[in-house]
Amino acid sequence: MNTPIIETRNLHKWYSGVHALKGVSLQVHKGEALGLVGDNGAGKSTLINILSGLHRADDGEILLDGQPVDIRNPKDAMGLGIETIYQYNSMVPLMTISRNVFIGREPLKWSVGGIGILDEKKMRQDSVKAIADVDLHLRSPDALVGELSGGQRQGVAIARAMHFKSKVMILDEPTNHLSVKETAKVIGFVKGLKAQGVTTIFISHNMHHVFACCDRIVAMALGQIVLDKPASETSIEEVSEIL
Amino acid sequence: MRRLFKLALQKPELASTILLLLLVILFEIRSNGVFITIDNIRGVLGLLPETALVAVGVTLLMICGEFDLSVGSVFALMPMTMAVLVVGGWPFWLAVLAGLALCAVIGFLNGYISNRFEIPSFITTLGMLFMARSMTVVVSGGFPPRIKPGQVPSWIFVGFVDGGGIIRASVLWFAGIAILISLLLARTNFGNWVRATGGFLPAAQAMGIPTGRVKIACFMICSILAGFAGMMQSLRLNSFLPSIGEGMELQAVTAAVIGGTSLAGGVGSIIGGLIGATLIRIIDNGMVMSQIDANWFKFAIGALTIFAVIGNAWLRRRGRAMKVETDR
Repeated sequence: MNTPIIETRNLHKWYSGVHALKGVSLQVHKGEALGLVGDNGAGKSTLINILSGLHRADDGEILLDGQPVDIRNPKDAMGLGIETIYQYNSMVPLMTISRNVFIGREPLKWSVGGIGILDEKKMRQDSVKAIADVDLHLRSPDALVGELSGGQRQGVAIARAMHFKSKVMILDEPTNHLSVKETAKVIGFVKGLKAQGVTTIFISHNMHHVFACCDRIVAMALGQIVLDKPASETSIEEVSEIL
Repeated sequence: MRRLFKLALQKPELASTILLLLLVILFEIRSNGVFITIDNIRGVLGLLPETALVAVGVTLLMICGEFDLSVGSVFALMPMTMAVLVVGGWPFWLAVLAGLALCAVIGFLNGYISNRFEIPSFITTLGMLFMARSMTVVVSGGFPPRIKPGQVPSWIFVGFVDGGGIIRASVLWFAGIAILISLLLARTNFGNWVRATGGFLPAAQAMGIPTGRVKIACFMICSILAGFAGMMQSLRLNSFLPSIGEGMELQAVTAAVIGGTSLAGGVGSIIGGLIGATLIRIIDNGMVMSQIDANWFKFAIGALTIFAVIGNAWLRRRGRAMKVETDR
């Protein structure tokens, strides 16, 4: 078996008296679309927040391509190629699409000590291209993100992650608060990622969404992994029963 | 065309710009033509760059999602510190630098304390308002320092630059600084971070922006601008009083809000802050020129604030309601 692209070993996390993760060990292989399911409070989001650098594990290891890594903050995670798309939307509604695509990673014409002049032409061109690459067609990169529909926003977020050549893309409840049509669009994006060989971790408590686009299902309950099977060998009924 | 119109309607400073033009016309008519005269413009242009500079700093900070109520006190503390040092034998420029450095420290503390202890900057800077005002009185020892006319090169900051005696150097200083801050906000990655931090903090943090440091930087810029403005006023009047700038903190917030800056952060523009500050000065001056009882000044500013915010919100809603397809 080849080395997993991302692996956690015995992760523990406490939140002031609550043992949110109780020794989670998980291997994700390159190109896999992994569906992470579980009830609210099962520890899915905690696990994801640790991988994306928002929180730090109290115990345990994270390995990337077999190498132990230390993820201290979101910048570290992004530097390692782990990009997370959150349920609440990782974009600023009052800013334009092109600005949102490059938040925190702006191309600069020149800079002094990390602060410099934006290369706005490049930002526009690259964001248009990135968005077209995920098969989303928007009229202008100068539109405000707040004017987009929920599905379009998730599309832009995925385009952003693709543009920065992420190795692992984590989607934390990306279909929450979306209409049926919009949800179908987001699931389409995720399928597109798989076609491009990107490893995805798709978190949802909606079983139908997970089964629609993932090839492996991992279920969590009370901070532990309770099921780990290829999607073809399990069913919505079986997973629901375990949870 | 429709698209451009939509964008124009959503500009936060639109309502105040229209209001400004209307008021200038109104006052010009009501004052029988003395409002737009050289003497009156000179008067307005003396005070305007000072209050507008404070408004610019506060606007930047508010876009970043924070408040600074200590600007009025810093406005007095900086020139007082400088004057005391000059009287104590320090060279002028070193004293100016020391004064500005003190402002930077105050701004840093405002930002650091708010961040570190996760308390609203409203509280931190309210405390700083009293502390800085008290320090102003303490350093002066109760007696305002006296600097003889000509002892310091104040013409660099407040001397008239044109033959006619209308435009002071302070106008140019203001213009230069305001343009720099506008560019910083609109054209640099730092500006992008400021808008993201004020616009939606969780997203900014998730994208790896050092939001704490961005906020501290904005606090420091705000304090330094307030101190610099206070210095220009003190040099223009050639008197160093511990009481100047009282109430200025709220006027600066008012200017920013009239200019379309949102209290919630993320929305606003430097030019909006300037327009807001100009509106306040124009009303102050225009009422006198039109021989309206000046006690109505605060009433007018208060009413204007509420009116401008309602107007801004209405225009923005109209703009957003205009259907422009985002799909292609």
